[in-house]
Amino acid sequence: MRIKAPKVRVMAALRVWQRNATVYKRTWKLNILPNFFEPFLYLLGMGLGLGAYITEMEGIPYINFIAPGLLISSIMWGATLETTYNVFVKMNFDRIYDGILSTPINPKDLALGELLWGATRGTIYGGAFLSILFIFGMGLHWGILFIFPLIFIIGFMFATIGLLFTSVIKEIELFNYFFTLFLTPLFLFSGIFFPMSELPQAVQIIAWFTPLYHGVELSRGIFNQVWNVGLLEHLAWIIVVTIINTNVVLRSIHKRLYN
Amino acid sequence: MEKPAAIIKAKNLTKEYGTLKAVNGVNFEIEPGTCFGFLGPNGAGKTTVMRMIYCVTPLTSGLLNVNGWNVMENMSAVKRGIGVVTQDDSLDYDLNVINNLLVYARYYDLTREQAVRRSNELIEFFQLEEKRNVNVRTLSGGMKRRLQIARALINKPSILILDEPSTGLDPQARHHVWAKCHELIDQGVTLLLTTHYMDEAEQLCDQIAVMDRGKIITEASPWDLIKSEVSPYVVEIRGEKQARQKILAAVSDQIDFHESLSDRLLLYTPDATPLHTHIQDMNIPVKTLLSRRSSLEDVFLKLTGRELID
Repeated sequence: MRIKAPKVRVMAALRVWQRNATVYKRTWKLNILPNFFEPFLYLLGMGLGLGAYITEMEGIPYINFIAPGLLISSIMWGATLETTYNVFVKMNFDRIYDGILSTPINPKDLALGELLWGATRGTIYGGAFLSILFIFGMGLHWGILFIFPLIFIIGFMFATIGLLFTSVIKEIELFNYFFTLFLTPLFLFSGIFFPMSELPQAVQIIAWFTPLYHGVELSRGIFNQVWNVGLLEHLAWIIVVTIINTNVVLRSIHKRLYN
Repeated sequence: MEKPAAIIKAKNLTKEYGTLKAVNGVNFEIEPGTCFGFLGPNGAGKTTVMRMIYCVTPLTSGLLNVNGWNVMENMSAVKRGIGVVTQDDSLDYDLNVINNLLVYARYYDLTREQAVRRSNELIEFFQLEEKRNVNVRTLSGGMKRRLQIARALINKPSILILDEPSTGLDPQARHHVWAKCHELIDQGVTLLLTTHYMDEAEQLCDQIAVMDRGKIITEASPWDLIKSEVSPYVVEIRGEKQARQKILAAVSDQIDFHESLSDRLLLYTPDATPLHTHIQDMNIPVKTLLSRRSSLEDVFLKLTGRELID
């Protein structure tokens, strides 16, 4: 018997978001501190340490070169951690979804709620990182206002990527592959630490198909106020991929939880 | 008097997982305000039927209506009218007792004021006042189950589904849960439960469907089931096989039927006293000889077989 799955409802999704916020409210003071230390350590270690040898990259101080990309990667880690390990535990170990799905909340609502929450966590990571960059005197101009919506969008995109992986795996150990073989290469080869133009043509083409690269380029453009059409192309890439992936992941979660 | 319209109605309800027919063409109707029990061994399909009713498992074929809604077309509407207590506890371990109720209330779109009022009522009804701000992980099994039932009632559902409500509870906790169930039936809630405890079914259910291998093999009130499937009394004899055979041969015209098991002989009879006396007078040495009223357990084992089910 084939009947179309009920449409996702934003209000119902927000109930799930609220549930996560209620849990987070209890522990946020403990949770948030590392989010501030992390950028601090990165900037200190890489910017100042490595920066002593590489003073300039593409005409700007090395620390200013890497900071916009590191900001985006911190959103990536924050959002994916939420929709991978945390969702997996709620779904399979703590049976929290069994409780939620016996209420009027349907699987797609639940999935959208988790995506919004993943984006929120990514935004918290990114926000903490950004505040440290401000303290270091970076990005103090009006153009930086564009970074705020971008942080949330990037968080949402990576939340969908993490949740898609979670929706198909059966063993928690498989996340090691996701992080080591997917996110870590993204982190290293998306133009955060050196310009993509230094890499072989083939690698550049591959990079175009990966999500972090576009975020890094956008962020660097905004920070250094290099406004050009290329930025719109990156933004379009991110939005299109996020929309497609959201649809795929809602279906995948529905299939996983309604059987 | 005409029967009231069924609150849950299943026609040819079927669920297949690959080639396995977990539920195989099941029909039943449940009257509002009653307690309906699904009885059966593990793997009989009880839980799958429950899951289809509260819309977390789609039907393979058949028709299922709850509160007038088709479960395949109006999932949220169906779920709004049902409270569910799952077999494995699904409490939110990241939240304390009161927040388990308040957060759950939000899933039903209760206002903050309604949620607080209702949560306080339920905490009182289930005697959890002292545990109000305690982490759920630290509760005893009985308290967890009470909290789960309380949580299922947050939206004042017309139907409460209990999947093995007293499995794993100690006797006091079981009786407490049963007492609360009786109070809910008195309040007009329709109860739907699965169990493999016969005493639980006898205590709570107005109507029982016995399930085995995906099918309902019989459906009746507990007392009618005992009357129709077995005789009112059982005489149980343990002892040497030869002795048992001798007794059986001597009394076979005085009993309705018998069951010969590896370790004992069960004689079903309309009246135990004369049979019991007769066997005693035969002076055949046996380990134990006892008479008792037959129970739902006898019905259950007769219908679903006495071999062990994994």
